[in-house]
Amino acid sequence: MLEKSAASLRTDVTGEWRGETLSWRLAEGVVELTLHRAPANEIGQEMLEDLERFAGALPSLESAAAAMIVWGDCRAGFSAGADLRELYKQAQKMEMTAAVKGVREFLERIHKVLNRIDTSPLTTIAAVHGVCFGGGFELALVCDLIVPDKMARFCFPELRLGLIPGFGGIPRLKRDVGNALVRDLLLTGRSINATKALSAGLVSQVAAEGEALRVARTTAAQVVKFDRTASVAAKRFIKPLPAEELRREIDIFCELFPQPSVLKALRKFIENQGPHPYLP
Amino acid sequence: MKTLDQTTDEVLDLAASHFKVPRAGLTPEDDFYKKLGIDSLQALDLLTRLENHFGIELPDYEVQGVNNFRTLAARIQARL
Repeated sequence: MLEKSAASLRTDVTGEWRGETLSWRLAEGVVELTLHRAPANEIGQEMLEDLERFAGALPSLESAAAAMIVWGDCRAGFSAGADLRELYKQAQKMEMTAAVKGVREFLERIHKVLNRIDTSPLTTIAAVHGVCFGGGFELALVCDLIVPDKMARFCFPELRLGLIPGFGGIPRLKRDVGNALVRDLLLTGRSINATKALSAGLVSQVAAEGEALRVARTTAAQVVKFDRTASVAAKRFIKPLPAEELRREIDIFCELFPQPSVLKALRKFIENQGPHPYLP
Repeated sequence: MKTLDQTTDEVLDLAASHFKVPRAGLTPEDDFYKKLGIDSLQALDLLTRLENHFGIELPDYEVQGVNNFRTLAARIQARL
């Protein structure tokens, strides 16, 4: 069933909420989801709960909006990805079978939230600056558009931990770009800058340093002008949800997690007192 | 085509300017982590600035183990 047109956006919905890790507000037909968990918007249990709360609020927000912007209000960047310290701490406390069960539950919950944002009828825009790594990159990939500034960097560093991306990054990256870049990022664990992302077709415009949010807001204002029926239909056509591959990714992640090398790599990352943890 | 010395000078100029340290205090043999007081996230920031400045792509694994300006400049030079 096609969605209502822009002319019938509800005006009686007020959407504003602030939690410890994120906040959102609705204004002039645009929802802004702001991540603000210092220092680098790492995605752990608390942010997952806040994201679930956001997903619960979406139906109401969607009745009064045409676009959504997701951005990170931390100096380091959009998001450095999963909270590895929390993951290691939790895994250390339990027997491995229980740890894997816990990991699977977390992944299923984050997938549910990200799939909900991915399939939202709103046109979604990730405004990216600084690090957009791992789970952070996966959050950006659920959006219809990624607007980076020229200092943004994208990376799937999971290989360095003996893992693969677990929040849906592989099927979504495959959906967006060619195989050469997919393999390069997944098999070398390297990061790429916004210029490279532009030439690879991951993004279609790059903002000046510090201007990603402003450009995203201008883009959202443009989107809001149009009748939503057509854009919702177009989005469904051009951006199918790769449901089976997403489920398979969770399985592979959970198969890899029990390897001793994974906990060893996590410990090395967390205990690294030097300046190098985010470098390959 | 730039020489390695020219490239090294530009790397030092950019690092001094962005991280607000006296240019005169930097030498090519300096450990840039220690001299600039930066961590890996800031090192990525420096890498991005250098890529943008020189118009190159420098995979971050190419700077693995690199901690002085001269070697960093050599890696950049190899991409010009």
